Amino acid sequence: MNSIDAPKRPPLLTLSGVAKTYGSGTLALRDVDAEIRQGDFVSLVGPSGCGKSTLLRIIAGLIAPTAGGIRWATPDGARPADIGFVFQDATLMPWASVLDNVHLPLKLRGVARDKARPQLMDALDRVGLADFAGAFPRELSGGMKMRVSLARALVTAPPVLLMDEPFAALDEFTREKLDDDLLELWRSQRWTVIFVTHSIYESVYLSERVLVMGARPGRVLDAVAIDASHPRGPAFRRSHGYVDQCAAVSAALREGALP
Amino acid sequence: MNGGETPLAHAMRVVVPVLVGVAFLAVWEAIVHFGEVRPFVLPAPSAIWASLTLNFGSLMASLWVTLRVTLMAFLLAAAGGIGLAILFSQSRRIEMALFPYAVALQVTPVVAIAPLILIWVGYDRIELAVLILAWIVAFFPILSNTTLGLRSADHNLRDLFRLYGASRWQILTELQLPSALPYILAGMKISGGLALIGAVVAEFVAGSGTGTGLAWRIVEAGYRLDIPRMFAALFLLSGLGIAIFFSLTWLEHLLLRRWHESAVRREF
Repeated sequence: MNSIDAPKRPPLLTLSGVAKTYGSGTLALRDVDAEIRQGDFVSLVGPSGCGKSTLLRIIAGLIAPTAGGIRWATPDGARPADIGFVFQDATLMPWASVLDNVHLPLKLRGVARDKARPQLMDALDRVGLADFAGAFPRELSGGMKMRVSLARALVTAPPVLLMDEPFAALDEFTREKLDDDLLELWRSQRWTVIFVTHSIYESVYLSERVLVMGARPGRVLDAVAIDASHPRGPAFRRSHGYVDQCAAVSAALREGALP
Repeated sequence: MNGGETPLAHAMRVVVPVLVGVAFLAVWEAIVHFGEVRPFVLPAPSAIWASLTLNFGSLMASLWVTLRVTLMAFLLAAAGGIGLAILFSQSRRIEMALFPYAVALQVTPVVAIAPLILIWVGYDRIELAVLILAWIVAFFPILSNTTLGLRSADHNLRDLFRLYGASRWQILTELQLPSALPYILAGMKISGGLALIGAVVAEFVAGSGTGTGLAWRIVEAGYRLDIPRMFAALFLLSGLGIAIFFSLTWLEHLLLRRWHESAVRREF
């Protein structure tokens, strides 16, 4: 593991023999073993149908695995209560203002809006939307909605952030901007990010480690460590190192696709 | 974004229909006047107006009776429909057990149940019987729309609520009910009109002597061949229907204008 500043961070969660068979008999995941360390930025990359979203939902506790298990590095081995989740769509409540949308995780814990306001404004500030607190989702662009979604995930300061192809529906320009913003936030917060994407380029640009997944049945084919320092920027996107590592991930994907 | 209309365009939306109405009444008046149509076939608008002012007291009393029953039936339909839909959303089993009966109640023509209800409730409590009948007609659209609305909440948002440990109550009040609001309001718009229809039909069926609502005034005027008064009651009745419709449209606009596609005015 070629991580930049902490070669051997303590583990955050361990997946052992995780499998998922859906009611229809479809084998979505088979024998997934992986370890995610604290402060990691891990991408799950693979073709559609490889079970990467399923795996993320299993980690989040939204779906129960049919076999195997997850062990979190908490005293009881269970999922921490604080966890951030960002979907492919911004998944905002259209009837609520930006501020109220970001308030949601705290509201569900009984924290009143007025009491939470400094925290909410801080989260909006970090995604550059402090001026839009009173706006409604339909008044925002796709990229801005995604930022609100990110602010909502940030507001509880979770130790781990799960992202399910969050920027896939955005245009190239907005996506690159949000990629940079996300990396900046990750560097300043020192949290753990598990990022699902079908873009090899995005996974290499963002991650410390890329878990390459294959389809039918969904499984982890390989783990590729990304060797690059931070901050990463446009120069990194043009470097030989970047292109080589994209090629390495691509090769690992192709190998898995062979019969 | 919310551009809205120019003041002129907005005024035209009121002025044009009013002008059409005035022109219609003028032509009507002229036909009756110059064509010498007899008043018990078609009374002139001026005769209808005269009858309205002459019978103002009794017609207003009847209007009040019909309005009161309609509003009560509507409010009870809204409460019952939304309440039952919430119950359905909490338990599939209850929904499975009860929904067919709600449908059965809806598809049975209210005119056919009316005599039975009247016998059960008794002719000394006609207003209660009319209320029950109007309620039966009005409640189903709210029930079925709310049931659909509560189920239509975004599944990713539902996952998010679960992720943050939301209780069933929180999911209901913070997610399902707001998601269902446009559906509930659409159901209420249908039910508002149906409550009035239910009240009128029930009054017709309830029959002579006991009824005092507007529908009964129409029947009564018919018996006496007092056609201008019949028209006067009819106009009041349709005015009531229009008022109910616009109040609910206004409520819908008020509640949805900031976020729902249906209520947002676009400039392009």
